[in-house]
Amino acid sequence: MDMVLAVLSWSCLLGGAIFLLIGALGVLRFPDFYTRLHAVSVCDTLGAGLVLAGLMLQGGFSLVTVKLLLMFYFMMFTGPTAVHALAQAAMQGKLQAVVDEHEPE
Amino acid sequence: MENLINDVLLGLLMITGFAIVRMKSLLGVTMLTSIYSLLSASLFVVLDAVDVALTEAAIGAGIATVLMVATVALTTDEEKVPRHTPLLPLLVVMATGAALIYGTLDMPHHGDPLAPAHRYVADSYLHDSPVEIGVPNVVTSVLASYRGYDTLGEVTVIFTAAAGVLALLGYRTRGRNIEAAGIRKQVVLRVIAKLFFPLILLFALYVQFHGDYGPGGGFQAGVIFATGFILYALAFGLGTAQRLIPSQLLRILAAAGVLIYAAVGLESMLLGGKFLEYRVLADDPIAGQHLGILLIELGVGITVASVMLIIYYGFVSRRH
Amino acid sequence: MSELLGHYNYWIVIVLMMTGFYIVIARPNLIKKVIGLFIFQTSVFIFFISIAKVEGGTAPIIEEGISVYSNPLPHVLILTAIVVGLATTALGLALVVRIREAYGTINEDDIHVQDEER
Repeated sequence: MDMVLAVLSWSCLLGGAIFLLIGALGVLRFPDFYTRLHAVSVCDTLGAGLVLAGLMLQGGFSLVTVKLLLMFYFMMFTGPTAVHALAQAAMQGKLQAVVDEHEPE
Repeated sequence: MENLINDVLLGLLMITGFAIVRMKSLLGVTMLTSIYSLLSASLFVVLDAVDVALTEAAIGAGIATVLMVATVALTTDEEKVPRHTPLLPLLVVMATGAALIYGTLDMPHHGDPLAPAHRYVADSYLHDSPVEIGVPNVVTSVLASYRGYDTLGEVTVIFTAAAGVLALLGYRTRGRNIEAAGIRKQVVLRVIAKLFFPLILLFALYVQFHGDYGPGGGFQAGVIFATGFILYALAFGLGTAQRLIPSQLLRILAAAGVLIYAAVGLESMLLGGKFLEYRVLADDPIAGQHLGILLIELGVGITVASVMLIIYYGFVSRRH
Repeated sequence: MSELLGHYNYWIVIVLMMTGFYIVIARPNLIKKVIGLFIFQTSVFIFFISIAKVEGGTAPIIEEGISVYSNPLPHVLILTAIVVGLATTALGLALVVRIREAYGTINEDDIHVQDEER
């Protein structure tokens, strides 16, 4: 049982770390603001969510897990809200997205 | 493992520091400063300073950023190229840094339990606090009881800074409802802000009154309170926030907090103790300590929260 | 080797401190100067908290079964210093806002030029 829990929690932690890495790479490599936001939102929800889930499995049934659950709940609200607000602010600021002009025939 | 996290965080701090030097856009620099603060808050957690981390996260990454963005909005976003070459400053910095590094060679190693810093009063605080004060969080007992006089001074300094900002910027007590047209369209943001506003205040109350047992206390709670109201003011405009908590009330509260603190000190003198000696406040010395700490932390919380809001109102109500 | 690496934390802190110091003395922009001071003061905080760390210790909240704690005294000093630091930073920023209103610029070089013309 302990073994299963350990494997599950570590795969969650590792998966979260990979998603965070992908998000960071996306922020660096994507060409314009909107695509970068897209990469950031992966960090916020999936990356942080998986890391928190992994930690919850490590914590077991304790007060720590309750606190982590609350954090998870808040992350699910604040992350998307922040990204949405940023995108909308950029739209209002009339920031143009970079569009590939050469469309395939 | 702990050392590895420590090293990585220090490395990231250095990178952020250099990026701040190089970046020309002041708004970008402000955001990097916020990241810098958040990184140092994480470092404080690794170095066991949980109370400090809570404060740094709320202040450095929260309020300081808002104030800097407000200043940039009131002035300019561009940094002009300096006229003279940075050669002389670079030399000065190199020389100072080299001297300081030479100075560290005499210091005890990082984490050395035999270092002089841990030998003097820290031992007795850790040893005596559970018996004399009865509060598990030693940081709270040192802050509020052993060094209560010191903390009274700090609270007065914060109060003075608010008076200074008021003197420099001032604010209209009944301003127009300054609300950028853009924020009205941010429906999602406004709904979430309204949803989270009471939760932030609830968390602040928890931090305020749970500070004896876990990380927390008046300073942290006051700052979290202020961030809640700042979030509300950002989402719904300054006028709405001022209807909720008017500027005149804030001025009274800022003074009231310091007065509560000092009054507890005077009360203990009247009851036959020394200034800020909480033992005499109740029949049982430990209960007296608890009562004293609760009251002065309340005073600290009230002053810190209202000072932060006074400063915020001052910056935002200023138009150019 | 470990003789040298024991001070590694302090060296990084000094580099951070010097970064802030460099911004303060080399950059004419007043907001940048305030941010330099902010970085300087944060690095001092890190320095104090690094000193407070005890190898193998935990946060100074007394609990059954734990005997080694980090030093609580620097924590107390820095906790209050952070809040005071923000208050003074705000005062500095308020001064910057007033300077901008009086001179129309926040560049130190331009301010000197205007002062000489008067």
